[in-house]
Amino acid sequence: MADGSLITDALRNLIGVNLDTMVFKVEEGAIQRYAEAIGDPNPLFNDPDFASKTKYGRLLAPPGFTGWPAKGERTLEKLVASLMKAGAPARILDGGVEFEFVEPIGAGDVLTATTKIAKVAERETSLGKTMFTTVEITFVNQKGNVVLRSWATIIQF
Amino acid sequence: MAKQICYQDIEVGTEITPLAKIATTRMLVQWAGASGDFNPLHYDDDFAKAVGVGAPIVHGALKRAWLGHLMTDWIGDEGKLKKLSCRYRGMDYPRKMKTMEEPCDGETWWCKGKVTKKYEEGGEHLVECEIWVENGKGEKTTPGSALVALPAGKGK
Repeated sequence: MADGSLITDALRNLIGVNLDTMVFKVEEGAIQRYAEAIGDPNPLFNDPDFASKTKYGRLLAPPGFTGWPAKGERTLEKLVASLMKAGAPARILDGGVEFEFVEPIGAGDVLTATTKIAKVAERETSLGKTMFTTVEITFVNQKGNVVLRSWATIIQF
Repeated sequence: MAKQICYQDIEVGTEITPLAKIATTRMLVQWAGASGDFNPLHYDDDFAKAVGVGAPIVHGALKRAWLGHLMTDWIGDEGKLKKLSCRYRGMDYPRKMKTMEEPCDGETWWCKGKVTKKYEEGGEHLVECEIWVENGKGEKTTPGSALVALPAGKGK
């Protein structure tokens, strides 16, 4: 460990390791509640009859439906616990996210989300010495196809 | 449904049709339930004060979802959203509720964007956009970017 660095050897050892695998079903009602919460009336996300007659054949999940980082807080809690155990700073901010939508996700799909740490960096910011962790989550559907990749940035200081 | 926008309809600098949003305390509760994010930072006054943000703040992921709405509305049923990213730069505070359904007077947020690049690659007609959520003062609290594929040609 470099002198004064926030990135401990334990943190470095977490890079590339599979921290969590989660399987969940995309439910029609969950999609509708999600679209309603955004205030998005698009029939592709709200009306199963309409959506079933489109090329998608089923109610589609709006972009980002799969949540941060994956549905529910369980993955996030596990992830933060792993980072803390490895000596990461205690104060946390959500730095943002990037999604790559590979294939449509819709009602009835069963997704497997795999979470790993892709990168850990640090630099001096207005918050002081600050650590940036890039978390990569890959979603694979029931056919074995990658449907979504996402990269979330966790800021710790 | 608005007419389908196509690759020949847009140029670098073309504005994405803006989308207005009003965050309310009610909406934040609804979002918490729909998204599964039950962090008290978004609904508990005392908790929000204790962590130093003053009052409950709008979920970053809700603002991200608004940007998704902005893009899927703009590209229509034939467009494909390929990438979306955003950063949570500034905090936003929801309006309180006046009645069960009606918010108090206050801020309106606008989701906006513009085309920064267009190119063809791998048989697709791709368009890069700069997008953001701006608050009532016109500050970009949630800047981001998107990559979409549009149908070739001109919209009818």
